[in-house]
This record gives sequence, C-alpha cells and structure tokens, in this order.
Amino acid sequence: MNPESEHIEITITSRFENIELVQVIAEHICECAGLDDDGSHWVGMAVREGVANAIKHGNRLDTRKRVFTTFDVKESRLAIHIRDEGEGFDPAQVADPLSPINIMKTSGRGIFYMKTFMDEVDFSFPDGRGTELVMRKNLATRDGAAEQD
Amino acid sequence: MKTTSRNVDGIEILSLQGKITIGSGDVQLRDLIAQCMSDGKNNILLDMSGVSTIDSSGIGELVGSFTTVTNRGGRLKLLHLPGKVTDLLQVTQLITVFEVHDDEAKAVASFK
Repeated sequence: MNPESEHIEITITSRFENIELVQVIAEHICECAGLDDDGSHWVGMAVREGVANAIKHGNRLDTRKRVFTTFDVKESRLAIHIRDEGEGFDPAQVADPLSPINIMKTSGRGIFYMKTFMDEVDFSFPDGRGTELVMRKNLATRDGAAEQD
Repeated sequence: MKTTSRNVDGIEILSLQGKITIGSGDVQLRDLIAQCMSDGKNNILLDMSGVSTIDSSGIGELVGSFTTVTNRGGRLKLLHLPGKVTDLLQVTQLITVFEVHDDEAKAVASFK
C-alpha cells in the first residue's frame, strides 16, 4: 500500500459477521499510513460503528442489500465513505447519550463514538441511494487516541 | 464470546472472553445475565480481563445488564477492566455508573 495516496474499496452484504473485515482493513490502512496502534484502533472502532449502523439502521438487516466502504488516503488525510442501500435516517433524531435522561439507555452511542474518534463525521442522503456517512481523520497528528480526551 | 462462571462467597463471578459486539457477544451477555436472575444469583462480578473487543452494542448490553440486576435488587460490578473498555466507558461518562475493581478478593468483599 502506498501510504501517501491510496484508494481502497470494499463491498459487503448486510451481515454483522462482515463488520470485522472492514474494521481490520481500516486499521491496516491507518497503520500503513503511519498512525500508531491506538490511533489505528480507534479509527477501526469508528468504522465498525459506521458499518454496523449501515447494516442495522440503514439496510435493516436485509442481506440482499450491501454496504459500500471506500478509504482514500491523500496528503496525510484519511477519508472514509460508508454507504448503505436503505431508506436513510435523520441523525439529528439521535439523542445525546451524555444527557442524564439517556445515559442508562442501551443504545444510541455509535455516532457519539464515531465523532469522538474521528476529526469529522457527516451524513448525506443521495437520492435513492440510502445514507452516506463520511468520516475524516488527519493522519499527520499520528496521535488518534489523544484526541478523544 | 466464551464465558466461565464460579461462585465465591455467594458472589457469581462471570469471566467473559472474546468479543462483546453487535450480533455476537451482546446477546450472549444478555442471556447470561437473564439466566443468573432466573437462578437467583443477583450479586454478579463481571471479570472483563478476557474481553478483546467491545463496541457500542456491547457497552449498551453492559448498561442493560446493570439495570436488569439493579431492578432485581442485586448488584453488578466490573473486575479487571481492559484499558480500551475503560476509555469507552469514560467518554460516555458511564465509568461513574459502574463500580470497577482491580482486585478480585476486594471486589468480592465489597458486596458484603
């Protein structure tokens, strides 16, 4: 892999057991690009959460639908696109997991973790193409774990 | 996820090994706690030292387990929390919810 400029794509069916495959690829890309073990782990965690959301909330566990993930490394920045084939959802409706009324809820922390471990997290809804999640990470800091604090 | 259980001084110690993630260990953990409640084992110490990976679903199940046990009048505490699990509990402020121990004997004694 070229650590300076690379484009990698992976398409999976909507099965939870496929999540780890995408996570492992994400971590490997980060390691090749120079992130330390902790930083690579947390990017992998964010990818895990994004793919899990795409499978569960986007494609609603329909194994006929796919999840498309692309990784682009360029100029010390990593851009990750995760797109599903579902109906789309409004991320603004996701409750704040740190709110006292939500802290004991059993769900609703995935997007929070993504935002914690990545520099940028955005959602878009291309017409008829499900939800697209875009996450970006500056690899030049070489210190992913420290940014969660 | 693999689990082993043993009872020390009336405290059920559940050792969790492997992944607690969506579609995998999360449901197992829920079933495990339900079985303990069914068996009347309401004081539970979860040994997390063997947990290799946990995600938001796994964290959610820990919260759900805590609520289930507490609502039954029992107590659920955590033992040997791996660093990255600690990180995930800290950023979501859940570390203040759970009682976490590093020493099994002291953890068992804390139920008295």
